[in-house]
Amino acid sequence: MKHTAKLKTGHPYISTTNACKLCKPLGACIAFRGIEGTMPFLHGSQGCATYMRRYIISHFREPIDIASSSLSEKHAVYGGGSNLKLGLNNSIGKYAPNAVGVATTCLTETIGDDVSMLLREWRVDADAECPNPEIPVVNVSTASYSGTHMEGFHAVVRETIAQVALTDVPIPESADEDIKIGTKPLNLMPGFVSTADLRHLRDICEDFGLEPTILPDYSDTLDAPVMAEYEKLTSGGTSLQSIRHMPQAIASIEFGRVLSACGDTGGELLQEKADVPLYAMGMPIGVRESDRFFNTLSRVSHRPIPRRHDLERGRLLDAYADGHKYLFGKRAIVYGEEDLVVGLTAFLSEIGVQPVLCASGGSSGYLKDAIAAVTDGLLREAPQVRDDVDFFDIAQDALTLKPDFLIGNSKGYSFAREQGIPLIRVGFPIHDRMGGQRILHLGYRGSQNLFDLTVNAIIAKKQRDSPVGYGYI
Amino acid sequence: MEPTVLKGRETQIYRKGKEPFAIECNKQSLAGAVSQRACVFCGSRVVLYPIADALHLVHGPVGCAVYTWDIRGALSSGPELHRLSFSTDLQERDVIFGGEEKLKNALLELIERYEPKAAFVYSTCIVGIIGDNLEAICNQVTEVTGIPVIPVQSEGFKGNKRAGYNAACKAMFRLVGTGNTSDISPHSINILGDFNLAGEIWIIRQYFEKMGVQVVANITGDGRVADISRSHGAALNVVQCSGATLDLAKMMQDTYGVPFERVSYFGVEDMAEALYKIARFFKDDPEILKRAQLLVREELSVLYPKLLEYRKDLEGKKAAIYVGGSFKAFSLVKAFRLLGMDVVMVGSQTGTKEDYEELQEITDEGTIIVDDSNPLELSSFLQEKDVDIFVGGVKERPIAYKLGLGFCDHNHERKEALEGFEGMLNFAREVHSTVMSPVWQFMPRRTG
Repeated sequence: MKHTAKLKTGHPYISTTNACKLCKPLGACIAFRGIEGTMPFLHGSQGCATYMRRYIISHFREPIDIASSSLSEKHAVYGGGSNLKLGLNNSIGKYAPNAVGVATTCLTETIGDDVSMLLREWRVDADAECPNPEIPVVNVSTASYSGTHMEGFHAVVRETIAQVALTDVPIPESADEDIKIGTKPLNLMPGFVSTADLRHLRDICEDFGLEPTILPDYSDTLDAPVMAEYEKLTSGGTSLQSIRHMPQAIASIEFGRVLSACGDTGGELLQEKADVPLYAMGMPIGVRESDRFFNTLSRVSHRPIPRRHDLERGRLLDAYADGHKYLFGKRAIVYGEEDLVVGLTAFLSEIGVQPVLCASGGSSGYLKDAIAAVTDGLLREAPQVRDDVDFFDIAQDALTLKPDFLIGNSKGYSFAREQGIPLIRVGFPIHDRMGGQRILHLGYRGSQNLFDLTVNAIIAKKQRDSPVGYGYI
Repeated sequence: MEPTVLKGRETQIYRKGKEPFAIECNKQSLAGAVSQRACVFCGSRVVLYPIADALHLVHGPVGCAVYTWDIRGALSSGPELHRLSFSTDLQERDVIFGGEEKLKNALLELIERYEPKAAFVYSTCIVGIIGDNLEAICNQVTEVTGIPVIPVQSEGFKGNKRAGYNAACKAMFRLVGTGNTSDISPHSINILGDFNLAGEIWIIRQYFEKMGVQVVANITGDGRVADISRSHGAALNVVQCSGATLDLAKMMQDTYGVPFERVSYFGVEDMAEALYKIARFFKDDPEILKRAQLLVREELSVLYPKLLEYRKDLEGKKAAIYVGGSFKAFSLVKAFRLLGMDVVMVGSQTGTKEDYEELQEITDEGTIIVDDSNPLELSSFLQEKDVDIFVGGVKERPIAYKLGLGFCDHNHERKEALEGFEGMLNFAREVHSTVMSPVWQFMPRRTG
């Protein structure tokens, strides 16, 4: 399966070959599963829900039930409202969710279904048919023909804050019991990270005496234990109660340099409407970017960085020293979601690897600046930065860039195989290995993990290529 | 246990022995039911996918193409163009102003780049709505490039997966009848409805060749455009699967007078019967039947002793089956019986009334038969029947594992060859390796 093929003429970009992105509703479904008891519901034809379930399962190896309004030709012509309402009643009846997250698809966006209006109608008519007509429903517009899965993901964060946290609905008094005495509530919007990352972030915040509301938090719902009985909607996720408390938090932290450049984020909404101070920063990968995160936590909590994290930082630097010679000058291609690429590039630049191409299927327009910011003072040569790419483009560039390894999701596998170079699997999707959902990327500990993966991939390749092999390095 | 069946779905579930057989099927999936089904696009895509020297361009937003990128285990003995994912990646402005120009440019670009023997252009939901004229664009590109460029009318919302099979067959039928048939033997067949997962069609082809039967075209596993174009010259179409390519066989019968036989290559009985059926068709040459009998005898003499070893462990274990097409389910019921196991639940996404009738006849009392099921129903059936192994696809796998029971992947993504006599042994080995694993002893299902 050659990814590369001769380019006879210099056509402008007019088609996608092996996309380096996924569609908006997929990101929305994953984010919705990070809210406690929330049923993701795709308003569109049946296939979208099934395909996305299949795709998400291949990475998380967990059941993920996504309801669909299963539109047919009739609905495409006359509107999908009736099936949306029937579908809501059915899935609420069967799954008894705490909330429903409705995302649109290209079909329903194009036929022009006004989902907000349909939901208002449904609420009015729902009493007779719906088992729980008061249930919160968050709806997001996720036309698959604009943006990537990341826009869908972030849209859910923003809309959940807008539609659940920033409404005039009073918070029930009992909700206060959720807040632990002596802890300070903190909002944390980490973006699309792994389940291990989410668990690690919670621990870090708690070590600072902070009680984080992580939105979304699918660490339990998409990485759950085995069960004796099938759980309809796996337990875990950000509770609606804590989401309603987000306007009372001492601060919000939001990861993603590209995200914050794009603006209109959940954190900004909370800042504008509820005066919650916002700390926007890159994904904490590598020492410099992690320092920003830890220093912010220290500032927000008025506590010094706990010794255990200081030690982790020290051990990471120790590892940097131990392994630096294997990495210096090695050439890497980094690809994936824009903000992850920025974080990984920050890390690679620190350890002496030259990122020769930083590529993403996203096209915010802010990738280049973000890369320049995180590599400042570290690289002797600025990396090539390309957004809106597919794997055909990446492969074309790679032929001249001659990377030593790739770092990104499983989708680079066939190219890495073709070129006989290592692929370091990070991000999403990882569907050709076990444990992709549990890879730790964030903080000092995550960077340590990435460092070990990277240096060992280089050493393994060196051993493989050696005529004799060797037992000591 | 609370009832897990949705209102409006009761008629799609039948428990054998309770009341006279009745089941509803071929219905639109119920909204909100979390059906395991996909869509029309999916149906077309999975059928045409393994035609390895054709370009498969998905006209629509990026998702439909990306979710089907190299998704099947369909191997090719030559070109591997089918394993790439091409999309016009429609953007908002294309939706507003139409995507025809973009489609045309994409086709010209990709055909120049990859030099395919033909191109299939799949229409997605959104293309059906904005009304791009695929037919016209495809004709224009055919004129320029000289290769067949064929639209596949596969808008996702226009029915279920089965409708997608039909769209795929209509598209392929345009190729049929265009090639030279002069050198085709009178004892010749086309293999329809095998997708060459893990190289299965190579096993099957070898059987037919040993019998002295010429295989003209593989439709669609390890498929080639040129073979399909002359496939009307074959004496017989041999159709596997629950109907993915049955429509094509019917069209070829009506137009070219090529008769067809339905077969299954799964399990010992069905595999042997498939070979005998073809041999009986060519009764003018009795040697073919003799060679088939010899082949089956030889294969079984090797296979049976090995199967018996597995059977010793598996006797009395319980199996549940939920697959895309019900034709596969028939063979699986028989295959489990051969391993001494009991099938306690069997269902499919797209079975017909006749299919379910037959399932009802070949299964034991108390077996649950289900059409177009969903995770809640499936998990409740698995628990109720306390099964040892669930057979299904990727979406069913986490249901089994989450409940702490064995699983066998039997859909189009599997990487093990399960067809033929050799495939039956692989199947037995896989069933054995999951059912007998010690890991289940530690699961809450067993330990409470």
